[in-house]
Amino acid sequence: MIEVKDLKKIYQIGDTEVRALDGVSLKINDGEMVSIMGPSGSGKSTLMAILGCLDIPTSGIYWIDGQEVEKMNDNQLANLRAHKIGFVFQQFNLLPRTDALENVMLPLVYDGLSPKNRMERAKEALEIVGLSDRMHHHPNQLSGGQQQRVAIARALVNQPSILLADEPTGNLDSKTGAEIIAIFQKLHRERHQTVVYVTHDSFTARHTERIIHLADGQVKSEEIVAQPLIAGVAHRESADEPVTNTTATNKEAVR
Amino acid sequence: MNILGNIKIALRALRANMLRSSLTVLGIVIGVAAVVALLSIGRGATASITSRVSSLGSNLVTVSAQLRFGPGGAGSSGASLLYSDYESIISSVHGIGAIAPSYQSEETVASSTRSSGYAVSGVTPEYMTVRSYTLAEGRFINAGDYVASSPVVVLGSQVAADIFDGLSPMGRTLKIGNTDFTVIGVFVSSGTSSGTSSGDNVVLIPLSTGYSKVFGSRASENGKSTLSSILISASSADVVNSVISDVELTLRSDHGLKLTDTLPFSVSSQAQALATLSSITGTLTAFLGAIAAISLLVGGIGIMNIELVSVTERTREIGLRKAVGATQRVILLQFLIETMTLAILGGVLGIALGWAIAEVVTLLGLITATVTADIVFLAFFSAALIGLFFGIYPAYQASKLRPIEALRYE
Repeated sequence: MIEVKDLKKIYQIGDTEVRALDGVSLKINDGEMVSIMGPSGSGKSTLMAILGCLDIPTSGIYWIDGQEVEKMNDNQLANLRAHKIGFVFQQFNLLPRTDALENVMLPLVYDGLSPKNRMERAKEALEIVGLSDRMHHHPNQLSGGQQQRVAIARALVNQPSILLADEPTGNLDSKTGAEIIAIFQKLHRERHQTVVYVTHDSFTARHTERIIHLADGQVKSEEIVAQPLIAGVAHRESADEPVTNTTATNKEAVR
Repeated sequence: MNILGNIKIALRALRANMLRSSLTVLGIVIGVAAVVALLSIGRGATASITSRVSSLGSNLVTVSAQLRFGPGGAGSSGASLLYSDYESIISSVHGIGAIAPSYQSEETVASSTRSSGYAVSGVTPEYMTVRSYTLAEGRFINAGDYVASSPVVVLGSQVAADIFDGLSPMGRTLKIGNTDFTVIGVFVSSGTSSGTSSGDNVVLIPLSTGYSKVFGSRASENGKSTLSSILISASSADVVNSVISDVELTLRSDHGLKLTDTLPFSVSSQAQALATLSSITGTLTAFLGAIAAISLLVGGIGIMNIELVSVTERTREIGLRKAVGATQRVILLQFLIETMTLAILGGVLGIALGWAIAEVVTLLGLITATVTADIVFLAFFSAALIGLFFGIYPAYQASKLRPIEALRYE
């Protein structure tokens, strides 16, 4: 379970103060699939980085499974990242010159598992994402969707209590994106994996059970999705809300 | 995260940039090879100089009258070394292995065809032992010759060749002053011209014969026989210093000198000359080593430079590793092991190259370079130390990166 209270992240850029997060409070229960949605610059990536213990807030409290994160030192944070958190990035962030299997094994290397155990768990994770036949391919031999699946396997391999995905379909076409969303839904449905999914796209967000709307570094509203869409079955045209934020998409891509 | 895994990661990263890694290693290879080669050549030179000097007899103590350049005229001696000094040294100084008094004087030496001036020395049978001369043929002056004051002479190879025009000198007669002498022995040519110690130009006759038939009144002072020098071979290197001080004491008492008076004799050992030489060659070796160390330092800076580039290039990788749970310590270790691997690899190759250079120098006969274990260890550990020293800063830079900033790095 994740809970944050009055989270603030303030950057000082020259004379101006940028409030990337301005008092965010939220709670995510075990087994939930939640999306955090907002336009570019709303602070969702900053929030994700803090939830993933990749960044530290300026102020506020953050509990993960009852542990108070903001009081931890560097080693404790590393330990948390190694055991509690699985992070999926928009840019995949796979190690080049390293095959899929070894990429997936990477978190276990820092976990002190024996090589044999590592191998087994990594193979399992690759099986879950449907890449058993591509274990020894290097990232440059895989398509974007396959690379992102390797990245999901890597996030899963240490059996994290929470899976964080930061615009995981942002670099993919809509069909491949749907496949990736389907994997998250499967993990949620079959393994009761807690998933926090960041997106700027309301269609993607409607595949989760709850949408937290973020704007200007604050939570504006929360929305329960009574009937989450099923990836691959639903189509953009049939979604309730039209896609509006195309300019934001472009900006995001440029960044 | 174990060390072995880290080494694997390091090797993979180094392999990925093969040319760059090789060039970096080359810097260390050259530095280490220079250290090994120059130090071993320096060692070899020291050893060869030392062995040449000690071949003269490192236990040798020379007693001679000091020449005074004063009102008495150039070359006049302040006090004469007497034959009786030799006798009292024998009776009162301990630790003497062999002792050989000699009187040397410039005389005309003539065969039937040639005549030339040579330094003729009157010596005792022990002289050959003390100087470590080797006979090519015949025999040396023995006790019988000495007691009987026989007119016999032993020649250095050069003298023998010159005076008899290359004819065999054995048994021939030559004239020293006005006396006929028979050649009873010739020394082996020493081949080297190490100044006065060369045995090639000596003309040796029994001291007793010299006093009675050749040197005449020049070799006596107030009716006492005088000597040019006394050579003492100490029984071991350890007693050389005590022999020197005992000889000095004996000479003082014989000549009625107080401890505060300046001793008009020189009493010195080869060991002193050896120590001076050793310190000179030691300084030279250290100097060579210092030059080599500079190239090693330059190699180390090369490593540091490349590692800093590597850290910058792999910022995102570092961010990712941290994002999946790598601690600062692990990242620090990863990059440190990378530089250490470069440095140690360079060290091993450098030792091999330096050793090869030393062997080639030896084979060419320039100098016998001696690669010793301490040189190898010194070179290896300085390479490892350089890896550690120049690796810490880039590794620390890498470990300190905040994961989110590293991941966003473009």
